Amino acid sequence: MKVNKRGIVAFGAIAAISTLTLAGCASGGADTQGGGEESTDSSLTVWVDAERVDALQGAADAYEDKTGVKVEIVGKDVDTIKDDFIQQVPTGKGPDITMGAHDWLGELSTNGVVAPLELGDSASDYLDVALQASTYDGAVYMLPYAVENIAVLRNADLVAEPATDFADMIAKGKAAGLDQPFVVEQGAEGNPYHLYPFQTAFGAPVFGTDASGSYDAADLQLGSEGGTAFAQWLGEQGAAGVLNTDIDGEIAKQQFLDGKAAFWLTGPWNVGAAVDGGINVEIDPVPSPTDQVASPFAGVKGFFVSSESDNKVAANDFLVNYLGTEDVQLELFKAGNILPALTAAADTAASDPIIAGFQTVGADAVPMPAIPAMGAVWEFWGVAEAAVINGADPAATWQKLADDVAAAIK
Amino acid sequence: MSDTTAVEKAEAEQTPPPTRRQRQAASIAEAASGRIGWMLLKIVLLAIVDAIALYAAFVLFTHHEWVVLALVVLVTVLVNYIYFSRKAVPAKYLTPGVIFLIVFQVFTLLYTGYIGFTNYGTGHNGSKDQAVAALMRSAQERVEDSPAYPVTVVEQLGTLGLLVTDPEDGDISVGTNDQPLAEVDGATMEGGEATAVDGWTSLSFAQVLARSNEIEQLSVPFSDDPNDGAIRTPDGQNGYLYVSSLEYDEAAGTMTDTDSGTVYKDIGTGAFTSADGEELLPGWQITVGFDNFVRAVTDESIRGPLISVTIWTFVFALISVASTFFLGLLLALVFNNTRMRFRNGYRILLILPYAFPAFLSALVWAGMMNESFGFINQVILGGASIPWLTDPVLAKVSVLIVNLWLGFPYMFLVCMGALQGIPDEVNEAGVMDGANPWQIFRQIKLPLLLVTVAPLLISSFAFNFNNFNLIYMLTNGGPRFDDVSIPVGHTDILISMVYKVAFTGQTRDYGLASAFTIIIFIVVAVISIISFRKTKALEELN
Repeated sequence: MKVNKRGIVAFGAIAAISTLTLAGCASGGADTQGGGEESTDSSLTVWVDAERVDALQGAADAYEDKTGVKVEIVGKDVDTIKDDFIQQVPTGKGPDITMGAHDWLGELSTNGVVAPLELGDSASDYLDVALQASTYDGAVYMLPYAVENIAVLRNADLVAEPATDFADMIAKGKAAGLDQPFVVEQGAEGNPYHLYPFQTAFGAPVFGTDASGSYDAADLQLGSEGGTAFAQWLGEQGAAGVLNTDIDGEIAKQQFLDGKAAFWLTGPWNVGAAVDGGINVEIDPVPSPTDQVASPFAGVKGFFVSSESDNKVAANDFLVNYLGTEDVQLELFKAGNILPALTAAADTAASDPIIAGFQTVGADAVPMPAIPAMGAVWEFWGVAEAAVINGADPAATWQKLADDVAAAIK
Repeated sequence: MSDTTAVEKAEAEQTPPPTRRQRQAASIAEAASGRIGWMLLKIVLLAIVDAIALYAAFVLFTHHEWVVLALVVLVTVLVNYIYFSRKAVPAKYLTPGVIFLIVFQVFTLLYTGYIGFTNYGTGHNGSKDQAVAALMRSAQERVEDSPAYPVTVVEQLGTLGLLVTDPEDGDISVGTNDQPLAEVDGATMEGGEATAVDGWTSLSFAQVLARSNEIEQLSVPFSDDPNDGAIRTPDGQNGYLYVSSLEYDEAAGTMTDTDSGTVYKDIGTGAFTSADGEELLPGWQITVGFDNFVRAVTDESIRGPLISVTIWTFVFALISVASTFFLGLLLALVFNNTRMRFRNGYRILLILPYAFPAFLSALVWAGMMNESFGFINQVILGGASIPWLTDPVLAKVSVLIVNLWLGFPYMFLVCMGALQGIPDEVNEAGVMDGANPWQIFRQIKLPLLLVTVAPLLISSFAFNFNNFNLIYMLTNGGPRFDDVSIPVGHTDILISMVYKVAFTGQTRDYGLASAFTIIIFIVVAVISIISFRKTKALEELN
């Protein structure tokens, strides 16, 4: 008897949990399904990262008031949002709109989960780099809301003047009595994103561009002469200890906060930490090791419309006509402190000298390639750079990198 | 059975002074164990289950989830039958476990198995219809320098059309999917845009939203010449002129590129493929038989590192089990000595590594083993620069050390329990017979210990064989092999290699990953079965 009773209690718990789970799964994203049947029933589900839910709520409420379409903002984990979107859209249970980054575009489009967007005449209201990044294969897929690029954070108490070039930066830092004046996030597997400005200064972009200005996977520029020259330079800096693969993001931050480094090549996401750490921060362009401009990658953030959305008309309308307004873009800016993609909002935001600093650097930035071939590049790029920094033969390692990438793209 | 006797024993012991609370508890227990109480309890619990199931069914019904709904109803009915019937006594015990087993084990296993036989992955993500729709959508190119046309969606006898105002010459025209734009007169104007015209009903914005899917399909030819393109409206208010660079012939199952004339055929590989092998992506999901399994063992890029990775996986799993077991056993023996003071304090300290989340520990160790900034080199070794994680051999040693640190507390706990289960008489008998301590340990205690611990060692082997977290967090497989063209390194084990091969960069190959998982499952299952057979022999000892 007694054992029996325990069995039934356990069973009750199990059944309750499993039915709830099943029901939960079913209700999780299916709200879009019945959406189109009645006008009063129309709703949009929007996936955003948790930090920006509040920033969008105002726009969502305004849209509901005006059109009667309910906009449900769902906070999601940034790390899983892309894979969840790709997996759920084909089942018809994904959201109508998701927040994302432009370098997902290749993957999203290859999987057929995004629908093109028509910005119409408002296209010219966005920063050039934002619009360029939102375009894939000739069609615009993303409503951009922020442009992110790295720049040099300078501790103005240690070094008062911006550096004119790379050697000058090291010299100024040494003059200030620092062993390791410049830090940049690396790691055992390198970090090519942060080293890219130097690579472009040697005239070696990853891919060439075709007539329309889109990256061309068939035109791999990585292994060009400039690439080898860049590898030589990496090797020299590694030998001199200027670049060190043992410095990861946390160590770089600590060195800068401790005043052991005066220059830190990083993105806007780290400015808060530096300012909170009491550092007198100024934003400088990336000092070039050559006489060419050092252009960092620009990452553009934006919103995509699901290809299986039953409410594409409302989704387009909400994105282009509501999220594409200065007010909403500034709301989003406040939530993330990243330069808005709408030119008018960007100019307003740039009243902050830090944002203005990043905006100046961003003028030279190039969009990170979104083509699927870029995935293969990331896979080998950092490790090769790390090897060169750690003393591997620059020319041979770089050649192997170019060969491996070329092989992987095929 | 033993439970009941234990309870009875406990009750017998506490008879003398029953406090008020105990009396209350006893009376509740009495009532509950009675026939009516038992019935009531059963009914209440089943009512709760049914209520939840009913709610779930309702939610599922509103979302048109027919399959899951049928399952929930079926299971609920079955459960009610089992617990109300007087006959199905064994089922009463088995049902909860079986339901759990099906939901959490059988379903996942079968699903993984199924995926292993498909080409599910990047570019093969959905159905063919979805792929065709996505291709056609992305093939729409806006005609350069064409203006934005203010449009109104209109309806006539159930057919949707567009009322278009030309912003350049102010012409008003109407057209549908089948009828190219034709000029109309007498339209109602509002701010320079036509909003209504006789014979057509204008749709309100809410109606436009409600018929979103039809409006997405609405493509009004600009003129009789299809090369002029068609007007579409993405937001129901503005129309744009598009031309399509792809043409789909449903009957022939082909896609034609209108610019280059290339014909892409469905050749059964899950994507439209041109004569020279170029694929149009997205494609769609199909079953591919044993292709993934064949690729898993024959693919050029995988075959290279496969052997060394497999050897290292076995070495890693075996050494991890052996080292953690012997360290755990040694410590258990030491702390089993009752003469030691503060035994419990030491024990708690030793169990600490087990209490931290494993991947957190792995990350902390990765930081401590950093060559120029790590705690080990900087503080413990006074500024040495030992490449703990970047030298191929040392990285393997580091992985084993960290896994030893992570794994020994478990073995310590298990061995401590098992040792306490060995009666002292055995020890005494050995001493009487003149055995020295080593002989007692080696020939009496260890075999007795292994009877209980051996199955745990096997499961520990299976766990370490697939210890993805540790490798991924500590070294991420690095340092990389110099001579292979996939991003695999010296400390990669099979499961982390699979992860890298199947999910390289932006490519997600779920089919290949599932096939690999099944192969690994078979390997581990075979080893486990053989080992369990062997341990049966140990049980003869008891």
